[in-house]
Amino acid sequence: MSEPTGDLPKDLKYTKSHEWVRTLADSSIEVGITDHAQGALGDLVFVEVPEVGRTLSAGAACAVVESVKAASDIYSPVDGRVVASNAALATTPELVNQAPYTEGWLIRIAVDASAPPPALLDAAAYARYLAEETN
Amino acid sequence: MPFVPHTTEDVAAMLSVIGVDSVEDLFDEIPSELKTGALAQIPGALSEMEIGRLMSERAAADGRPLSFLGAGAYEHHIPAPVWAIATRGEFYSAYTPYQAEASQGTLQVIYEYQSMMCALTGMEVSNASLYDGASALAEACLTAVRANRSSTARKILVPRALNPTYLKVAEAIAGKQNLVFESVDFDRAQGRTPIDVLRPYEGRDFAALVVQQPNFFGVLEDVDALTDWAHAQGMLLIAVVNPIALGILKPPGRWGSGKGADIVCGEGQPLGVPLSSGGPYFGFMTTRMSYVRQMPGRIVGRTLDSDGRPGFTLTLQAREQHIRRSKANSNICTNQGLTVTAATIYLSLLGAEGLARVATASLARTRDLVAALTGLRGVRAVFSGPGFHEAVLSLDRPVAPVLAALAQRGILGGLDLSEQFPELGHALLVCATETKTDDDIARYARTLAEI
Repeated sequence: MSEPTGDLPKDLKYTKSHEWVRTLADSSIEVGITDHAQGALGDLVFVEVPEVGRTLSAGAACAVVESVKAASDIYSPVDGRVVASNAALATTPELVNQAPYTEGWLIRIAVDASAPPPALLDAAAYARYLAEETN
Repeated sequence: MPFVPHTTEDVAAMLSVIGVDSVEDLFDEIPSELKTGALAQIPGALSEMEIGRLMSERAAADGRPLSFLGAGAYEHHIPAPVWAIATRGEFYSAYTPYQAEASQGTLQVIYEYQSMMCALTGMEVSNASLYDGASALAEACLTAVRANRSSTARKILVPRALNPTYLKVAEAIAGKQNLVFESVDFDRAQGRTPIDVLRPYEGRDFAALVVQQPNFFGVLEDVDALTDWAHAQGMLLIAVVNPIALGILKPPGRWGSGKGADIVCGEGQPLGVPLSSGGPYFGFMTTRMSYVRQMPGRIVGRTLDSDGRPGFTLTLQAREQHIRRSKANSNICTNQGLTVTAATIYLSLLGAEGLARVATASLARTRDLVAALTGLRGVRAVFSGPGFHEAVLSLDRPVAPVLAALAQRGILGGLDLSEQFPELGHALLVCATETKTDDDIARYARTLAEI
């Protein structure tokens, strides 16, 4: 397998289940899957995102990405409420493959401020985690 | 020939390759208290001659009664080619082969079956079948809960006029997955589910409303009004239908003023499968393309191979157990290959016109039967609503002894409803299909009059 630590955006945080997290200007967060995750899944044919307004718990499954060979759960990195989901994925799920950190975002979540802050990895820590996992 | 064709030497060779001493060691992760001991209830082996004789005697004990019993399984004429073709070696397999490289014929039969079920129900996508009509309803309810994203309730509204066995099976399967079923009553005069009884449920969160057409009493529901009501409440509409009746009734895909039923399921047995001690039958399920990823079971798709030639293959398998494991849509990951093959041949032979003729003849025979029986003193029709090929009659005395007396005279007179529907009194559910002649109906009436 190729070295997976290449182009991890430094402004994002990461999870060990291969989601990325971007903090937006209004302090809500945007969530997607990493380039490593989309590469491991292969060509996506379907993405199921939660309804806007749904309450999410950190670590609980909140979306499904399906490729021609597998369907995998996406886990919410935080406690919060869904404020937006990427409608473009309904017809063009391949955006997740093509642009995992930008147009291929999955959902935006208003973070529950009363919950303890999630333990997320920075780019360097996620790169080390990937290196360990692939070894 | 032994069922498992490995010799003792084969087994020893395989075990030595993987470094295991015995076959039992392969199962050592199962706690010993969960393992059964000897199968004490299973009698010893019989020879082919002995088992053949035993089965002949048991079959003869059934006799060849004249049957007016329906209630979910129906006696229809099965043209001889149906099973002559279905039992050819190419189809008659102990298991359904799904491997696209080796099974184009089998896969095409399933694809044709799915296409026919879509046409019959007016829906966009069909699975390759489920175990039977009752388990298909259970799966339809689970599908509805997954598919209805405007609902957070794991609750399903079911009419009391639904086949009670279907509800029991749905509760047994889906109840374990925390689905709750609430029953709505039927109109005592018409025998169908009026909108009025649904009013108390307006504004409450249910994932779906189930409608059976015709219902368990053989009465036709006002499916358009029920479908529109369910959709106005944000519920999906699950249709449970008799496929023969669809030869003359509007397909569920066109129920109501909007997009029609959302999920359609039912028992496929009437389509060329004989009444053989309750099974094997098959369940069917169709839905809209937008819900395909919530539908359980196998789906065969038509595609092009690498040389651009058309071919058939399983598709959308990521929903299924062998890929998605415990998060699969269902733990049922198979289909009823043989009975589906028979149904596909049956529908091919009859065509739309033939199916309509079977349905029309069954309807006419049931009217004749009801007229003949209600001409007797003490027998009357219970419901006034229009029906299909079954009807509820009431007798002036308990039904069970009457049915027993009829059985002694070689007639299966119908189903005694007094246990499941005590409010209907001495009620009897009768059925006549195209298989019943004027003489058969006259014999039933004459015999009933004598008892």
